Amino acid sequence: MDKVIVAENLSLAYTDNETIINKINFSVNSGSFVFITGASGSGKSTLLKSLYGALKPQEGSLIVGGVEIKGVTKSKLNFLRRHVGIVFQDYKLIKEWTIEKNIMLPLIINGYEKTVTQNQVDSLLKHVRLKHQSGKYPLELSGGEQQRVAMARALSHNPILILADEPTGNLDDYSAGLIWNLLEGANTQLKTTVIVVTHNIPQTMTIDYKHFHIEYGSIHEVN
Amino acid sequence: MKSIKNHLSLVVALVSILFAIQVFIIVDRAINAYKENLANNYSVIVVAHSSITDAKFKTLDTLVKSVTELSPDNVIKRLNTKIDKRNIELLKVTLPKFYKVKLKHFPNKHEIRRLTKKLLNHRYISKVENFSYNHDSTFKLLLLFKDVITVFTISVFIVTILLILKELRIWQFTHNERMSIMGLFGAPIWLSSAVLFRLAIVDAIISSIVIFGIFSSIASSPWVLEQQENIGIHINIFDAFGDFFMLFGIAISVSVVLASLIVIGHKEEV
Ligand SMILES: Nc1ncnc2c1ncn2[C@@H]1O[C@H](COP(=O)(O)OP(=O)(O)OP(=O)(O)O)[C@@H](O)[C@H]1O
Ligand SMILES: [Mg+2]
Repeated sequence: MDKVIVAENLSLAYTDNETIINKINFSVNSGSFVFITGASGSGKSTLLKSLYGALKPQEGSLIVGGVEIKGVTKSKLNFLRRHVGIVFQDYKLIKEWTIEKNIMLPLIINGYEKTVTQNQVDSLLKHVRLKHQSGKYPLELSGGEQQRVAMARALSHNPILILADEPTGNLDDYSAGLIWNLLEGANTQLKTTVIVVTHNIPQTMTIDYKHFHIEYGSIHEVN
Repeated sequence: MKSIKNHLSLVVALVSILFAIQVFIIVDRAINAYKENLANNYSVIVVAHSSITDAKFKTLDTLVKSVTELSPDNVIKRLNTKIDKRNIELLKVTLPKFYKVKLKHFPNKHEIRRLTKKLLNHRYISKVENFSYNHDSTFKLLLLFKDVITVFTISVFIVTILLILKELRIWQFTHNERMSIMGLFGAPIWLSSAVLFRLAIVDAIISSIVIFGIFSSIASSPWVLEQQENIGIHINIFDAFGDFFMLFGIAISVSVVLASLIVIGHKEEV
């Protein structure tokens, strides 16, 4: 089985005197669906940041999609990121762009054709039930709606890896269901590797998944 | 509305820089035109006891542009006409020669002193009248005016750049966010900063057009034309081609440098 992520003795820190993640070992198989849980402040978002190269390993090694994150060049990191879809905990939508253009962002960066882009965005807007809002700006949307836009953006370019940080944190059960369906669909139909940080794993999961728990700076698999 | 506000701050700053520069250019042109006027109207009168050729005058000082001999007829006419013709002819020969010497440009004090000294060194020349005091004060005033305008232009430039740098921090904040987000999705720096450079270039174009409008209307306003007529100088207030492209070039350079500063100062947040 191909590994999308391999971490060996990985330590993560923002400052030299406080280590958030301490010498962990874990790997993720290509095409798998992974949940990461842990208490608030345990380092879940921190771990995701290292997976898209925003936070470099303090110690140990981390390989994502065949790219060694430690000492990675800017252009190689950009290449990796163009194939990853991220849902940020704080959404990170571009305020001065419409919803539609926000969802297009990865497609624009990847240089997709206009018609492909438009079709893809229309279909995603329908999936997240935001078709009627497409011309609005992020700040004109509710928190939950913004979260769904962030989800649609992460999926728009059919990435090989999706990193979602509490993608249903602000959603009611119905909207959360839409999100889980989208993620399961990407995983089963496109073989996309999905890593989701969440506080509660949905009871409705129809597919096999792995569950890692972060505690006191280390990570272990829950069975 | 939001987009107008985005543009306004840089456009206003650029317009004031361009305005100050063009005013400086106009003053410089006016002073040069006035200088030329002075040089054209100014001449040194030389009295010599024998004739001196044009060529000889030119070797005496490089400042000499042209020489005309003043005819003694006028002087003689004013004398009593009862003098008979033969004596007049005699008088003509014995009268000293008068020359009007035109200069290449309006001389400063030192140049006048040097010229006078050099001319007087010639053995035929007995007297040099340089009228230096008449024009000197006007000219001094003009040069003072030019100094004032230079200081004005430099201060406007500095103050505006300082204002822009302050504005830059706000810009840095707004643009940083978008650039960071684009970077997180793998956009290379040229793509994430494209919007910024487009904004900078559009603002440079807008301010050049505004300046074009302002100075074109100034240049064609009847009041300005009348004033020029009054002072007796004719200058090109605004060269729709040369001046425009120079100002446009300055606007583009300033805004692109500022945009580059933002891009260089951009840091990915963790
Ligand atoms: N940019 C940062 N600079 C310094 N310290 C940070 C930064 N971001 C997070 N931390 C610290 O790292 C620790 C882990 O934060 P992290 O955001 O990874 O927690 P989390 O598990 O995602 O929590 P939550 O469930 O509340 O989102 C926290 O103690 C936090 O204070
Ligand atoms: Mg978090």
